Amino acid sequence: MQGEYIIKQISIFSENKPGRLAAIAEALEKSNVNIYAFSIAEANSFGVVRALVDKPDDARSVLEKLGFAVQFTDVIAVRMKDQPGGLHEVAQILGDAGINIEYAYAYSGREAAVLILRVSQAGEAISKIQAAGGSLLRESDLG
Amino acid sequence: MFWNKEMETLRGKDLEELQLKRLKWTISQAEKVPFFKNKLRAEGLSADSIHTPDDVRKLPFTYKTDLREGYPFGFFAVPRRDIVRIHTTSGTTGKPTVVGYTRNDLAAWADLIARNLTMVGLTPEDTFQNAVNYGLFTGGLGFHYGAELMGMMVIPSATGNTKRQIEMINDFGVTSIHCTPGYALHITEVVEQMGTSLPTLRIGVFGAEAWSETMRQELESRLSINAYDSYGMSEMFGPGVAFECPEQNGLHIWEDCFLSEIIDPKTGETLGPGEKGELVITSLSKEAMPLLRYRTGDITMILEDDCPCGRGRRIARIMGRSDDMLVIRGINVFPSQIEHVLLGIPEVGDQYMVYVDRKNHLDEMTIDVEMNRQAFSGELDGLVGLQTMISRKLHDALSLRTTVRLVEPGSLPRFEGKAKRVVDRRGDL
Repeated sequence: MQGEYIIKQISIFSENKPGRLAAIAEALEKSNVNIYAFSIAEANSFGVVRALVDKPDDARSVLEKLGFAVQFTDVIAVRMKDQPGGLHEVAQILGDAGINIEYAYAYSGREAAVLILRVSQAGEAISKIQAAGGSLLRESDLG
Repeated sequence: MFWNKEMETLRGKDLEELQLKRLKWTISQAEKVPFFKNKLRAEGLSADSIHTPDDVRKLPFTYKTDLREGYPFGFFAVPRRDIVRIHTTSGTTGKPTVVGYTRNDLAAWADLIARNLTMVGLTPEDTFQNAVNYGLFTGGLGFHYGAELMGMMVIPSATGNTKRQIEMINDFGVTSIHCTPGYALHITEVVEQMGTSLPTLRIGVFGAEAWSETMRQELESRLSINAYDSYGMSEMFGPGVAFECPEQNGLHIWEDCFLSEIIDPKTGETLGPGEKGELVITSLSKEAMPLLRYRTGDITMILEDDCPCGRGRRIARIMGRSDDMLVIRGINVFPSQIEHVLLGIPEVGDQYMVYVDRKNHLDEMTIDVEMNRQAFSGELDGLVGLQTMISRKLHDALSLRTTVRLVEPGSLPRFEGKAKRVVDRRGDL
């Protein structure tokens, strides 16, 4: 099943001004949501905060209650060795598989390092990565 | 120096007689426009109700919003075949206001411009650079034909390419320039940056936006020129309605062509000389588009004493607006136009704020608009595309480049009662 490897990223529209990240983080803290990974993409006066969290639905509802524009975005997570060459190995697999990356960010988890990818065709990318020998995470594997 | 001494100095009984005759003619001319015909009939008014020029007060006001209802040609009082040119100006919402001219109108307008330019000391010996937009904006062709009529050598340089403008002034020995005061200051800075000067230039006529005495001193000392204020609006031909004389103390409003009143914008009550209020103008010679008691929205007052130059009534330099119209780089912008554009874009909400700043002496408009929660795709690309699309639609509607900033839903101030969506942060200079 490819679907089990599709992970729900939470994307939050945020103005590019002091205090916005704090407001988001505070809301997540108060609703006891743990953040595994996050990144900020910025354009001119605004940006999108992207996060992988343990309770995406709770996170979405608390942020929407605060007035934020929030969306779920499908991403995939590739396991990397947490040692020199770990990224190179995975990047090679992605290149060989012909995967076009829209954006990516990474974190070091307890068991391994993880590369989060946003790709245009997630299902196709999953098969290609697996065929090229890559190892993907399920939502329950995060953390 | 006078261009049309008889008309420029007409006073007392002679002036009143001419104004009365022309006001009665204007009313009959206006009756050819269904809007005026119905309005006058409803109040039982006609040219016969007018016995002195002051009787103009009996007539109903005409508002900018009325003109919108007539788009495009509903306010023309002559058959279309008699219209030889149109110009447009900002409307209050989606459509511009169209103004039309007969051959006589164009001749009358050019005569007014010639009066103004002669009044400030220009002669056929002068070379005149007309550095304003030449399209539908009245400032370009209006000044162009008036300056030609006067006999000056006219350079239709239009706007943009400041270095080239400076080069032309020096290469052609330009003695007089017409542009917006903001652009004049920009030219001044570029001249200084280039380490050059404009030795032939002696007179600047600046208009289309309000400017201060401080700005006049700045322009006069840095460019070594005399700077004069030009006032007008497309609904009354265009520029040239009122103009400063060499006294630089108020603008002479041409009384043979325009009947002017100052009113309290709230009550509509007529105010006396020295009292500040909204300028209301009734055209006295316009054939194609006569206008009765047109609410200009400009705040000024009639000056009390006589001008040593011998010409008639003067109004003070414009002190502000009675409505929310903004003048950005010489272009009139109504916040309602912005709202109209935003309402047509489902990806954004109907909440917005407009900020006006002056950067390097040029006006900049920034519009904050709330993102619509449902329209957020989660991707940055979509947001950037949306921002570009809004900027483009605003440019189409306003003929003005603006900076659009998408802001979070619910983040803009909500107003109880009258909304204050415009923050004008431009100082005096």
